[in-house]
Amino acid sequence: MGRQPRWATAARGVLLTVACLAVIVPFVAVVMTSLAPQRDISARGGLVLFTSEPSLAAYRAVLSGGVVTRALSVSVAVTAVGTVLSLACTIMLAYALSRPGSLLHKPILLVTLFTLLFNPGMIPMYLIVKQLGLIDNLAALILPVVVNAFNVIVMRSFFLELPSELTESAKIDGAGELRILTFIVLPLSKAVVAVVGLFYAVAYWNAFFSALLYLPSPEKWPLQLVLRTFVVNQTPLGTDELSASTESLPPQASIQMAILVMSVIPILIIYPFIQKHFSKGLLIGAVKG
Amino acid sequence: MSSGIKVRPGAGADPGAPAACEPRVRGQLATRWHRDRMLLVLAIPGVIVLVVFHYLPLLGNVIAFQDYQPFLGIRGSDFVGLSNFSVILDGDPEFLNALVNTLIITMVQVLFVFPLPIALALVLNSMLNERAKRLTQSILYLPHFLSWVIVVALFQQMLGNGGMLNEWLRSADLGTFQIIGVPELFKLLITSQVIWKDTGWSTIIFLAALSKVDLNLYEAAAIDRAGPLRQLWHVTLPAIRPVIVLLLILRLGDSLTVGFEQILLQQGPVGAQASEVLDTYVYNNGIIGGNWGVSAAVGLVKGIVGVVLVLGANRLAHAMGERGVYSK
Repeated sequence: MGRQPRWATAARGVLLTVACLAVIVPFVAVVMTSLAPQRDISARGGLVLFTSEPSLAAYRAVLSGGVVTRALSVSVAVTAVGTVLSLACTIMLAYALSRPGSLLHKPILLVTLFTLLFNPGMIPMYLIVKQLGLIDNLAALILPVVVNAFNVIVMRSFFLELPSELTESAKIDGAGELRILTFIVLPLSKAVVAVVGLFYAVAYWNAFFSALLYLPSPEKWPLQLVLRTFVVNQTPLGTDELSASTESLPPQASIQMAILVMSVIPILIIYPFIQKHFSKGLLIGAVKG
Repeated sequence: MSSGIKVRPGAGADPGAPAACEPRVRGQLATRWHRDRMLLVLAIPGVIVLVVFHYLPLLGNVIAFQDYQPFLGIRGSDFVGLSNFSVILDGDPEFLNALVNTLIITMVQVLFVFPLPIALALVLNSMLNERAKRLTQSILYLPHFLSWVIVVALFQQMLGNGGMLNEWLRSADLGTFQIIGVPELFKLLITSQVIWKDTGWSTIIFLAALSKVDLNLYEAAAIDRAGPLRQLWHVTLPAIRPVIVLLLILRLGDSLTVGFEQILLQQGPVGAQASEVLDTYVYNNGIIGGNWGVSAAVGLVKGIVGVVLVLGANRLAHAMGERGVYSK
């Protein structure tokens, strides 16, 4: 786009720096506060941006058993099982839909696409989950959302772009559909599997309302619901919730921020590995498909 | 999309795969069954899930016409005709309040939130340093992947009464700035949260469209002495117009759906008058309040209106010569 006036470059730099700081500063403050001792927190009246003597006491307190530890294991289990199930169902359905002209291709595609247009509604969903006996069962966090039509379409468009010569020649060599899918299509589709896997994993990890709706027993709550109770709603965490003795309890603010950090960390860990696949083209094809 | 049949070498020569090698003849059901049955098997788990959790619940909407009692079930509850719909038809004040709040929030977000990613994408696209651009993108995409619980908690910690901003203002003797828990500013608060969370990620689709713009067009425009603004107007914006229209259609189709989890999390301190929207109305009135039939009726009407809005907006796009969501 050729040369740019100097003031435009400067204005752009300022704008983007402010935008990036608006994302980064809250994280720094939260991480630092989770590590800070009571003295620093009292001195600043709340969040701290820097602490001279960081300590992991807050993390030890929440991870030594009790509400938060249990919620963390629920979240990890639901996310792991859910993502694997979702990827399996989505890959199989997307592959089945990647052969235009095959038997029942049109009806199955329509059944999938129509779910994007109409949302059945919260009350009927609740009734179905209840009818299936899934209330207060962790499966209620997984089964209703195990297949997302948008993700199926993203993956299908990717499969459709693969050169058909590859699958055709494998067929001539006598390979069945399952072999073609596992040994030819999937190895070529790592990028889309990674991105769709991330979408599913993030959705399971972040699920808050489905847990509120379907899980009446607090001992089955995932981390997000615990985060709401003790951080957003500011219910104090005591020795009952933490299975730690009172005198060794770190500052309340540190504990709250430690829970917050733990709910963000898994996303921060997988994000850089997946992020390189976000590049152009992967998603736009899906929306147009 | 080509079937690849024409390029298949030596069809029928390999006895190992007779089914795959037969020419595709429409109507020969047995042949197609033999050829495609494995695909159908692969589709089954996904289709079952979609049917059970998207299509079966549609039938559950029958309770919108019932005086539904949980202990009687759908079969045992009495049919009451359209009386559950009277909250909508007669304009129950609580329902109207939720509807008005929803429409205000949608309007604010279409006007002020929707254009932001387009502007940000243009700014990012004009960056010449590839590494700086990628780093900026990585940072700005991140909030999209945080849950609403986390975003709400972060906003409380930064902007709340005891939050970082106000502690800093107090220590500098500048008074305080209250936005959290203030009913009058609730819509501003949730709008700024949406901006913080999703502006970065929403640029991804515009950036993809921008990357496909033919650079020769800029050169031609420059030769015709078009300045940066005219290039923006005559080259860049026309190139991404289909994407803008597409996303606007999808947004309009979602007019009645605004940040359900986000609002539910923050309703407590500000009260229903300022914060109730249609989805929270369905939840608070139905699941919490036990008015199952009325809530299902509101949810059903909302779903139908949503479909009508998408189809209508899409038709409008076609009328204006755009491609829309689907083209056929």
